[in-house]
Parts: sequence; C-alpha cells; structure tokens
Amino acid sequence: MQPAIAADTKPWRSEGAEPFISVRGATKRFGDFTAVSDVDLDIYKGELFCLLGESGCGKSTLLRMLAGFESPTQGSIRIDGEDMAQVPPDRRPTNMMFQSYALFPHMTVEKNVAYGLLREGLKKSEAFARAGEMLRMVKLEKQAKRKPDQLSGGQRQRVALARSLVKRPKLLLLDEPLGALDKKLREETQFELIKIQETLGVTFIVVTHDQDEAMTLATRIGVMKDGIIEQIGEPREIYETPNSRFVADFIGTVNLFEGKVDAAAPDMMRLTTPDLGDVMVPPQPDLTRGQQVWGAVRPERFAITRERPEGAVNAWRGHVEEMGYIGHLSQYRVRLESGMLIRASQSNRLRDEDPISWDEQVWLSLAPRAIRVLTR
Amino acid sequence: MRGWFLPMAVALGFIFLYAPIVSLVVFSFNESRLVTVWGGFSTRWYGELLRDRQILGSAWVSLQVAFWSANLAVIVGTLGAFVLTRFNRFTGRLLLTGMITAPLVMPEVITGLSLLLLFVSMELTLGWPAGRGLTTIVIAHTTFCAAFVAVIAQSRLRQMDESLEEAARDLGAGPVRVFFDITLPVITPALVAGWLLAFTLSLDDLVIASFVSGPGASTLPMVIFSKVRLGVSPDVNALATIIIGFVLIAVLIAGWLMRRALRRGFQ
Repeated sequence: MQPAIAADTKPWRSEGAEPFISVRGATKRFGDFTAVSDVDLDIYKGELFCLLGESGCGKSTLLRMLAGFESPTQGSIRIDGEDMAQVPPDRRPTNMMFQSYALFPHMTVEKNVAYGLLREGLKKSEAFARAGEMLRMVKLEKQAKRKPDQLSGGQRQRVALARSLVKRPKLLLLDEPLGALDKKLREETQFELIKIQETLGVTFIVVTHDQDEAMTLATRIGVMKDGIIEQIGEPREIYETPNSRFVADFIGTVNLFEGKVDAAAPDMMRLTTPDLGDVMVPPQPDLTRGQQVWGAVRPERFAITRERPEGAVNAWRGHVEEMGYIGHLSQYRVRLESGMLIRASQSNRLRDEDPISWDEQVWLSLAPRAIRVLTR
Repeated sequence: MRGWFLPMAVALGFIFLYAPIVSLVVFSFNESRLVTVWGGFSTRWYGELLRDRQILGSAWVSLQVAFWSANLAVIVGTLGAFVLTRFNRFTGRLLLTGMITAPLVMPEVITGLSLLLLFVSMELTLGWPAGRGLTTIVIAHTTFCAAFVAVIAQSRLRQMDESLEEAARDLGAGPVRVFFDITLPVITPALVAGWLLAFTLSLDDLVIASFVSGPGASTLPMVIFSKVRLGVSPDVNALATIIIGFVLIAVLIAGWLMRRALRRGFQ
C-alpha cells in the first residue's frame, strides 16, 4: 500500500494535527546581521514544503539550522517530537542535498552513495547493494564506477539525490536542488522529485528562489523576506489570497493600486482610488472607513473588450500600448485615461478570433471578487 | 625592434640566472684538479666523492633531517592551516595567524639564534634535549618548514568546497572521521607539494643548522661550506651537481602536483 501522502490528506487544514517538524521562535544572528528572525513553522509528515524567497532572505540559513550546520541564536527546533538543540548534524534524522551537490571528488559514484550507509555501520556488501538499488532508481547504474567529474550536470544532480535518499531519512532537505539544470531538464526533474517523494513518503523541505518551481512542487509554500516568513499557504492560497503586497508581487504578475475604504454595504465595499476612481470590492469585515488599503489584481482577471460590457461594476477605458502574442495567451499593457498602466492577459480560446491589437481603444472590466484587498 | 629585443632579453635573463650553475655542472666533469682550468672530460670527481666518508656521512644526516622535518612540518602545518580556515573564532586567532607565517619573513640568523638559546636553556632546566645534534636540527627545521606547508595547505583548504565536509557530517560521519575521509584526501596533492618543498628547504638550509647542530651531526651544506673555505675542490662541484639534480626533480614534481590540485579545485 502506498503511504498516505500529505498532498491528499492536507493535515495542516485540520485542527490539532501533530506537526512533524515544529520550529518555534527560531532566530539566527551573525554578528549584527539577523539572517532568520523569530520564525514559527509547522511542517507535517509527507509534505513537500517549499521555502521561497530571494537570495539573502534567510531561507538557506533556516534549512541549515534544520540540518544542524547552524545552531539557532534563540528558539527551538523539534523534529519528530525530539528537541534538536544538542543533536549534531551526524546524529539527526535528516539528510541534505546541497546546492553544489557536494559529491566527494575522490570517490566513485557508488562509494559516494554508499558512504552514509557505511557510516551507519552497515556491512560493505549490504551497503553497496543498497547503493546500487538507489542508483537504479535514479537510472545511473551504468555510471556506478565513475568519478563525479566524469558526469554531466544532470547526472551529478541525480547522484546527489540518491546519496541523500539512500539512508531513508525522515526528512530530506534540498537546497536549490534544480538550480544548476537547464530549463527542460529542470521541468522533467521536478515531476521526478514529486514521484520519488510520493513513493518513499519522505518529508521534503525545498529551498528555492524560483516561484514556478515552488508552485509546481509544493504542498505548501513559505514565502520569506528579510529573515521573516511573510506567508505560509498552499500554492493556490499564496497566488489567490496573498496577505501582503510583497507576496502578491513576488508570486506571479500583479497590478497594485492604492486606495481608501469609502463605504461598506453588506454585500459590497467601495474604495476610492487616485488611479482607478471608485472601485467595488467584496466586503471585508475587519476594515474601517477611511483606512488605507491596496488592491491587487492578477492580469488574467481582467476582461478586455472593445465595447463596455453591460452591467460591469468596475470598468475603465484605455488604449493598448503593447501586445505580446504568446500562443496560448496574449499579454497586453493598457494605458488608462488616468495614466495608470495595467498588465492584462487573455487566453486565446478561439482560433479565428479577430484579436485586439496595438493602439486600439479598449475597455478593461473586473468583477469585484477578482480584487484582493490588502492592508500592508 | 621587437624582433631582436625580446629574445635577447630572455637570453640575458637566463644567462644571469643559470650561467653560474651551468659552469658548475660543466666543471664538475673537469679532469683537472684546478677548478679554473679545463683538463678534459672525466667523471673522476664523482668517484672520489663516493669514497669521501665525511661527505657521505653528512649527506646521510641531511637526508634524515630533511625526511623527518618534512614529515613533522606537514603534520604541524596542516593542523595549523585547518584550525585557521575552519574555526572562525577562538581566542588568540589573530596571534596564531601572525605566528604561523612569521618564520617566512624572520631572518634565518635570528631564528637560528633564538632556537639555540631555547635548546640550551631547555637542556639546563629540563635536561632535554641532551646536547645538540640530529634532534635539534629536525625541530628547528620543522618550525620554519611548517610555515611553508601551512601557507600551501591554507590556500587549498580555502578553495575546497566546505559543503563537502558538511555533506559527510550530514551522512553520519563525526568530525574526526570527516577530516580523514574527506578533507585529507581532497588536500593530499597540496600536502605532497608541501612535503617536497619542506624537504628541499631543509636540505638547503645552512644558517639555522649551523646554529643548532652539535658535534657529529653536520649537514651536507655545513660540510660543503667548511670545505669551500679551505679552497674550492672539484669534488664539491660534483656534489653540487647531484644536489641540483635532486632539487630540480623535487621542485618539478611539487609544481606539477600544485598545478593539478589547483585545476581540480576550480572544476
């Protein structure tokens, strides 16, 4: 039977589920610089959790604290109920795949993979048998006797993965695992990773700066900035209901506008904005009149038409400054009469459509529910 | 102008550097007893050399000293380099950084004199080392050779990807195990180069050895120096030619190993 995987059961949604990893108030300072600041994080068994952020945001430091290479200045880390404060990296139930792969250059592929098993005290024959099994899984059994510098980038990456998985760790930490691969190989490997994760039932934590990678791989994403986790959520939550302008802007493309709460009815709320006039948005209980807010709209939420759509609550006139035909969709930059530039896109559903193109006068319209109202 | 200037500059440079050595090698095959007069080709002085007990004995002393001090220098130098590159903060780090490379710039006379004073006062207070000889020369050579090894090992350790060591820790190896399984094999070419350098440096040294040696433990350079003071004899030329051959081979191997290590480091 396949182990129940977190992607199906979604344990973080249920109250009182026991987290597999729990980080409480973890802080790491290097001199005056705070790399990780008061992070709380719960990760559940079988998850594929992505820590996403730009370089220098503290995601790698957090990962290294989980592996035991850095000890937190403050706070605690528990893995499988056990406090990790006094546990050195060689005694932790974790394994890590390094960004540089860190393959031992003086050992063959086979020895690299077997190294962890030999340190565990396994007999040589058994260790090499299991290493061979692992190499078959990543389709490298033919390269077993080679040295790392005789392998291609993709092969090295698979050796590193095999080496980190061979000890069957409870938790696998991956630091930018696909960073050095080209685009095509990277996409293939992403699905490969998910497959491996699902068959082995190991909990994965992946550090990446690539938002597409995070969206494809993750059961949940933690978006980090300046040592703080800005938001934790499923990919869909992060994309559709970001909790700040930073997250909205970091994941995907977004149009942001500033405004103030003007009036609220039970089923509708009105914002007054300098750029878009009055904008109707869904009501939000925790906002007060006159409060400063921001609206965030994804490009694909706009409808672009030549005539003003009937019954549209939010509609603006503008003219198309730029248009890019991608194939499955077309991207537009539309200058509104107020001078604001809107990025909108439309999927090309019909083959024989007469497409809207440069310099045309258009109407952009938006359903109230398409707008996410942010307070920070 | 460039046509003749560059080759001539190179030729002059080489003549300046190597003419004395070449003339020495040539005259080592001189038949005549007079060093400055060419009396025909002969290997007679090489044969004479082999019968000279004093020279053979001192050559044996020198080789022993060079072997042991190169071994000790590699151990001490590697440990020093490892501490300096892998431990970022400890009391006295700055002091150690300075002290480990001090013998590189310290005048040999001062190193030799201070070691002599140390050995004498140690003998008076501790009773060890009893008298001066092979042991004291080895200790003295280890101190300055270790500095060279430390510099070479440090640069290699700095280049080495530290995540290799972390990966081994992560796979369940303790810190000592990691040092012997991963760090040492990776920096071995640099250490071999360091060993060869230490060996040649020890073989060459005259000044420090003169200070700290005792009766019965004269190194080859000391014997040559004392012989030359009584007038240059042709068998010294033969001896020098052999030494040049040895040093040349050692330096070539060391250079080759160092280049290979650098290339590996950049891959």
